[in-house]
Amino acid sequence: MTVAEKKAAGPPVPVPRSPEAASPPLGAAPGKSRPRPPRRKGALLPYLLVGPAILAVAAVYAFPLVKTVIMSFQDLGRRELWTGEAPPWVGFEQFTNILGDGEFWSVTGRTVVFMAVCVAATMAIGLLLALLMARLTTWVRLVLTFALVAAWSMPLMVAASIFRWLADSDYGLINTLIAKVAGEDFLGHNWFLDPRQGFAIIALLVIWGAIPFVVITLYAALTQVPRELEEAAALDGAGAAKVFRFVTWPVIRPVFTMVATLSVIWDFNVFGQIWLLRGNKPEPDYETLGLYSFSKAFESTSFSQGSAIALITVVLLSGVAVYYLRQLMKTGEVE
Amino acid sequence: MSTSTAPSSTSEDRPRLRPDRRKSRWHYDVIGLVTAVVMAFPVYWLIISALRPNQEIRSYDQTLWPSSITFDNFTRAVKQPNFETAIQSSLIVSVTAVVGGMIIATLAALAIGRFRFYGRKALLMVLILVQMLPPTAMLIPIYAQLNAMGGLDEYWGLIVVYLVSTLPFAVVMIRGFVVNIPVELEESAMVDGCTRMGAFVRVVFPLLAPGLAAASIFALVNAWNEYLFAYILINDDSKYTLNVWLMTFTTERGTDYGALMAASTMIALPVVVFFMIIQKKMAAGLTSGAVKG
Repeated sequence: MTVAEKKAAGPPVPVPRSPEAASPPLGAAPGKSRPRPPRRKGALLPYLLVGPAILAVAAVYAFPLVKTVIMSFQDLGRRELWTGEAPPWVGFEQFTNILGDGEFWSVTGRTVVFMAVCVAATMAIGLLLALLMARLTTWVRLVLTFALVAAWSMPLMVAASIFRWLADSDYGLINTLIAKVAGEDFLGHNWFLDPRQGFAIIALLVIWGAIPFVVITLYAALTQVPRELEEAAALDGAGAAKVFRFVTWPVIRPVFTMVATLSVIWDFNVFGQIWLLRGNKPEPDYETLGLYSFSKAFESTSFSQGSAIALITVVLLSGVAVYYLRQLMKTGEVE
Repeated sequence: MSTSTAPSSTSEDRPRLRPDRRKSRWHYDVIGLVTAVVMAFPVYWLIISALRPNQEIRSYDQTLWPSSITFDNFTRAVKQPNFETAIQSSLIVSVTAVVGGMIIATLAALAIGRFRFYGRKALLMVLILVQMLPPTAMLIPIYAQLNAMGGLDEYWGLIVVYLVSTLPFAVVMIRGFVVNIPVELEESAMVDGCTRMGAFVRVVFPLLAPGLAAASIFALVNAWNEYLFAYILINDDSKYTLNVWLMTFTTERGTDYGALMAASTMIALPVVVFFMIIQKKMAAGLTSGAVKG
């Protein structure tokens, strides 16, 4: 399953725990009292245990990545794929072709802009909703949580179908509603003729799908902000903005950074939402880096070009990934 | 909303302690309910479109309420060719992948959570990093490799891919549960005469079971939802998984939205149910990693 549509359990986002909120599943006293597991030099057992996992990850992640690198220095087309002939080596030709192609740069620009808009909107709305959640009456909070989880649990394929149906040019609800205000002319309006409008619908789907994870995680972080501190600050005359700036924000900042970084990676890798809303055949105007690489590989059957573009994407993202990992190490998640 | 931290104008003076804050909450509650409606609306629209008669679907005047409720769309969805085989494929592929994935992940999580060995930290980092790779970087080489090995159009190719893609998050998640089981429990079982294996089977495993259940449901949901690899690696329409089968509702002549919504509802229903079950556990899984092992 691809990263972008994973339901986000994987990447750990540590939420700081306050003593009373910390209830480890087994009621065990956390960490401190327990001695570190001893490192037994030369013990074979742990290696036997992780062996299968390492093998599997090597086979399905590491090996393909190496192969991506190799393929991008070759010229693997349809003929080589079906005959099994060794593809010729072409050195940096794929890269010079791609980097010299104006289309690549416009695709990259589009990807970055789309990612920036989606991440900014997701994080802003997410933070506001999380703050709102903390101020709700319990039953309203439950209703909202239920709605968020319902939205979160929609398979991407299903969510994309719903949004395609909502934005349908003839019978879509969006057009019906707008026509009520703006007049009959709007019926039959095709949202995807103009890529800017089309991307607005796609961004709506992406943001709608990402908000539940962001809100629920940030809300979990907000519950760790000591109430007494907020009240003390308020008593000392700090306004709401100042309480947030000096009390709340410092506590939730690590989690916020982490979630924002993950969003950057996910939205940069956006694939399914565009691909599905454009009926599996996105027009060139709708291509982001992932789709560009996909269509080069599977539509133009130039697998090497596709690999080279994927490789460039990996390089572009590696900085963000390293930043994420460093944040994670700072919080002690990977120790 | 941007100033939502501000006490509402009805409360006269600033320093109010908690009990009095309640008075001003109704503003927030209204916004909260509106947000809930907006977030849940697409899901509502899915269900309502699945249940409304087809002439209302093909109408320029979409109404928020259906005039009558019908199961015609579901009948058409079920009659769509390959429905049964698609269910079968989805079940075979995702269940096999999850069972295999959980066994491998549990072993690895035990090693990472219980032992300190050389390369442990590096392994954790790799597991986190691989989840950030763009899908196409994996798809192209895997497609080429499976093609060379004759694994296209075969369940096993897809199973291997799904199995391994559950590993990174499953290992990290299960490790979070493992480190929360006190080593003393295991040790005292061993003092009482259990072997290491016996201590695991009798003591650790029962305590780990809820965490394992959550991780496997999670993996199951992800495998059930996957469509891209399934679409590229399987071309034989009698082996389509449910998500790929959904695409058959769109033809050159247009999309049968009524049937598509009905079919989508059927596919999403088990996911929603499972998701509701593990939602709490998942939060625990996400946060428990924060307690160092």
